Amino acid sequence: MYNEKVNDLLKEVKELFKDVNTKKELEDIKNNYMGKNGKITELQKLIKEIPNEEKRDFGMKVNEVKDLFNNEYNKLFESINLKEINDLLESERIDITLPSKKIKRGTLHPMTRIEEEFEDIFSSMGYTVYDGPEIESDENCFQKLNIPKGHPARDAQDTFYLKDEYEKFLIRSQTSTAQVRAMEENKEKGPLRIVCPGKVYRRDEDATHSHQFMQIEGLVIDKDISMADLKGTLELFCKKILGEKTKVRFRPSYFPFTEPSVEVDVTCFKCGGKGCNLCKQTGWIEVLGAGMVHPNVLEMCGYDSKKYQGFAFGTGMDRFAMFKYGIPDIRTIYGNDIRFLNQFDRKDED
Amino acid sequence: MLLSRKFVSDYIDLPEITIEEIAEDMTGVGNEYNYAGKLINCTNLVVGKVLECTMHPDSDHLHVCKVDVGRSVLNIVCGAPNVREGIKVIVALPDAILPGGVIKRSMIRGVESNGMICSIAELGLDNKFLTDKDKLGIHEFDDSVVVGTDAIKALGLDDEVIDFELTSNRGDLLSIMGMAYELGAIYKKQVKDIDLDFKSSKENIKDEFEISIETDDCSLFLAKKVKNVKICESPEFIKNRLIASGIRPINNVVDISNYVMLETGQPLHYYDADSLGKKLIVRNANLDEKLTTLDNIERTLSPTDIVIANESGPVGLAGVMGGLSTEVENTTKNIIIEAAIFDNIKIRKTSKKILRSEASNRFEKGIDPNRTYMAIKRSCALLEKYADATILDGTLEYNKTDINSKEIYVTKEKVSKVLGIDIEENTIINIFKDLGFDVEKTNNKLKVIVPKRRLDILIEEDLIEEVGRIYGMDKIISKLPVFDSKLGYFNKTKRAIKHKLADLGLNETLSYSLIPNSEVHKYTTDDFQEITLADPMSEDKNTLRYSLLYSLKQIYDYNYARNISDISIFEIGKSFYKEDDTYKESLKLSVLMSGNYYLGIEKVNVDFYIIKGVLEELLYFLGYNGRYSLDITKKLPNELHPGQSANIIIQGKNIGIIGKLHPSITKKDIYVFEINLDKLLEIHSNKMTYKDIPKFPSIEKDLAFIIDKNITSEEIENVIKKNGGKLLTNIEVFDIYTGDKIDKNKKSIAYNLTFRDNTRTLTEDEVMYIFNNIIKSVENKFKAILRDK
Repeated sequence: MYNEKVNDLLKEVKELFKDVNTKKELEDIKNNYMGKNGKITELQKLIKEIPNEEKRDFGMKVNEVKDLFNNEYNKLFESINLKEINDLLESERIDITLPSKKIKRGTLHPMTRIEEEFEDIFSSMGYTVYDGPEIESDENCFQKLNIPKGHPARDAQDTFYLKDEYEKFLIRSQTSTAQVRAMEENKEKGPLRIVCPGKVYRRDEDATHSHQFMQIEGLVIDKDISMADLKGTLELFCKKILGEKTKVRFRPSYFPFTEPSVEVDVTCFKCGGKGCNLCKQTGWIEVLGAGMVHPNVLEMCGYDSKKYQGFAFGTGMDRFAMFKYGIPDIRTIYGNDIRFLNQFDRKDED
Repeated sequence: MLLSRKFVSDYIDLPEITIEEIAEDMTGVGNEYNYAGKLINCTNLVVGKVLECTMHPDSDHLHVCKVDVGRSVLNIVCGAPNVREGIKVIVALPDAILPGGVIKRSMIRGVESNGMICSIAELGLDNKFLTDKDKLGIHEFDDSVVVGTDAIKALGLDDEVIDFELTSNRGDLLSIMGMAYELGAIYKKQVKDIDLDFKSSKENIKDEFEISIETDDCSLFLAKKVKNVKICESPEFIKNRLIASGIRPINNVVDISNYVMLETGQPLHYYDADSLGKKLIVRNANLDEKLTTLDNIERTLSPTDIVIANESGPVGLAGVMGGLSTEVENTTKNIIIEAAIFDNIKIRKTSKKILRSEASNRFEKGIDPNRTYMAIKRSCALLEKYADATILDGTLEYNKTDINSKEIYVTKEKVSKVLGIDIEENTIINIFKDLGFDVEKTNNKLKVIVPKRRLDILIEEDLIEEVGRIYGMDKIISKLPVFDSKLGYFNKTKRAIKHKLADLGLNETLSYSLIPNSEVHKYTTDDFQEITLADPMSEDKNTLRYSLLYSLKQIYDYNYARNISDISIFEIGKSFYKEDDTYKESLKLSVLMSGNYYLGIEKVNVDFYIIKGVLEELLYFLGYNGRYSLDITKKLPNELHPGQSANIIIQGKNIGIIGKLHPSITKKDIYVFEINLDKLLEIHSNKMTYKDIPKFPSIEKDLAFIIDKNITSEEIENVIKKNGGKLLTNIEVFDIYTGDKIDKNKKSIAYNLTFRDNTRTLTEDEVMYIFNNIIKSVENKFKAILRDK
């Protein structure tokens, strides 16, 4: 009798999952068979009534039914689950070629980018970035830089003087004024290492000259600083800014506040030195003026020129921006066309 | 400075070196150039003789010529009015290259033309060098030239030139002799002597003429007199060397004065002695004194000008230009020669005002007094030779200069210490010798005797530069300086602000500090004295800006005119003003926003609350969170909308303005703020510190009131905060409504409130108790009505 019951249930379980398609049906079946009062559970309970010698046999049979049920159940559950996920995936399929949601960010001005590059390089070498005023005295801008009144070198820098104090105060025509300030402010009159980026002003305006532009001045004062140190420093710096292949060349020149003075050429970044229209077929482009600080300048700023010497260099940062980004006309830099500004929205190459 | 190869060859032999090599080598020692090459850049020009000249059958001005060019006779059509049989002319053969192009065989109105008969102008020579005859048409040679030979050679213009761009310290290079010394140092060659020989007559200048120097602005003055000059055209070589040097030949006497200036660097002036009188006075001009200069312009002078005068008044503007009344003319017989040195600063001032001339340029850069003596002798020698002049004995002389060479000491050690390369002492000595300096070894030092002509060399460092220059600055091997290690520094806050605003979607701009004076007091209520320029380039750039907002508005207008209306920009720059007679600068940050702005990925139209959000985010970022307020009780700039603007206050300090631009300024919706960064950053900022992450949940409640329109959110929030106590940790406005559904004098404002205790979980009851108190207080205080959900 018990065996019959077990065999009937076994048959029933075998047919049980045939037309089941949903998890809900599956759960119902589970409740009906394996739940508290489920058919298999009920069957198991009969074990108490069964004579001892038959118990083992009955138990095995019931387990057979249970195993069958569990196997069938699990198999079906897996396949329904898989189907459900696949249906979900299919229903969520999108056209990934549709346009993205734009995340628009602002931009830094290219001159800021260049200025930060200069600052990063020099501050990593232990230079202090010095910020001097744009309104200066004639004394700081010229006289203490060994350019007395009437000096022909003033010709190259047609200066904007202030109306209230003509020929006494001006808006600086060069960041070299920072040399004077930094040396005078240094009470110990000891070693100095500064760069001063900033705006300068000259009465001049065309495709390569703007009445306002950006310069950077560098100054190093110590006991044992030579032209060789100057060359090494500028070489390192030009490589960082313009590329590792850049070579640097010194040509003698003249600036009243340095002696000796040199013009610094770098290999043309357009042609790499082979010669092209940018470098007028010479392979070189003039980028910096530099030299050893003139003893008169050291003395006028309170330094003992017998003990200390140093180098100074200066360059137009606009020129670097124009070279680096290929901007042909300096006026574009100060034009602030949004279409120009928006172009500087990527990281620089390392 | 134009250097003629033929001219400099009088003083130094450089036969093997090309002009391009010379130019490059000069660049290597610090003398840059713009051009190096032939004076006349043409090919295939020969001397031809017109054998036949007939009218062109089909033209009323063209001629058909048969021209003998040596190898052959060419048929050439010529349009010049002066072409005729028998003259010798310049012929450009077929394929000749002229500045105007390549000459081709061609048919001109049906007649074959195998070349071109040329004028001087067609060779590329500047118009100022053309003689009256040359201006008429083709050049006519005199009959002595040989048919078939190189025409440029026949003209004597087969010269080469370098156009140098010299540094302002090298006045000595503004002379052929100076150039010869420089080249001598490069190529290790001796400079040849200059011919200064002439015979003196028995008459002495001192018996008939005197000079009187009545100013400190003249340190050396020499005068000599010559008689019975024969004025005519200069010899070819003088004319051609002047042309190569960029100076127009006039007549032998004037040309000699220029020729000697070019050779020696000493400008000279020749006066017609008979118009001049018996005395020359050098003095400063009187105020408003008048002088008609050589160019026939009446000049009004001032005491900074130096004049040469006779007893009746000025006859020349010293160092700049001569006067018309004593000019050397074709009828001139007797001449007073002046060679002098005037104060360079005064000459510079006068020449800047009147004319930059070859003479003033040389005076400005300084002159070796030895050359003054040399130039006056050289003048006499050439006038005797080329103008049949009789030279009177004696020289009138006034000299306050030192003509001796300078002695400067230098050591090998110092050379190495400055240049950073080890150069042998012998090499150093040889460089000085090549430069024409004498060297004596004394103990450990070198005593260098520098000739006066090198006015630029004054100290040891100058000598070191000479060594570096000639040795080769490029031979310096680079190394990196050895420093005590030290941290570098840059202004990180300024940088952080820029990056933050760029992150917020704004474009950084860089505009001009100079603006029109009429705009400087706009966008501010501050009372300040503006700073203006003495000599602006234009009226729209004559004043230093106080606010940057004028510039940003200009940038807006520029872009708007180009159909760009989504503009969110910022700039950090100096603000300039004068206070208590001192010039002040402070750093300002200005922001302008209009049109669409991207909030994350949402495009929204900028309004007051958007720009307020940018300001707030920036202040939060800088550590001023919760500490600022917008004040509308104080005066605001006229350029801002009175209903949508405020002063920005932190700790009682007014640090800037925010608002919409006034409709009288623009009809567009443009929002701005400007902060004085110097003022802001002086205020202590909150430190960013860790706060415990809440362990207990919060309870959020929403509520909305219908309330009088004029009551500000700030007022309501204050009441909410007061009643909310410690447990109320956040208030947020999430909706504002005005419109049809409510009274038109009312608005609906909805808040989200967050309650939290960091030590325990709050109960619904206690939160409700506080919440109800808040509602009651707001209702009572503002006659507000709680809106149903």
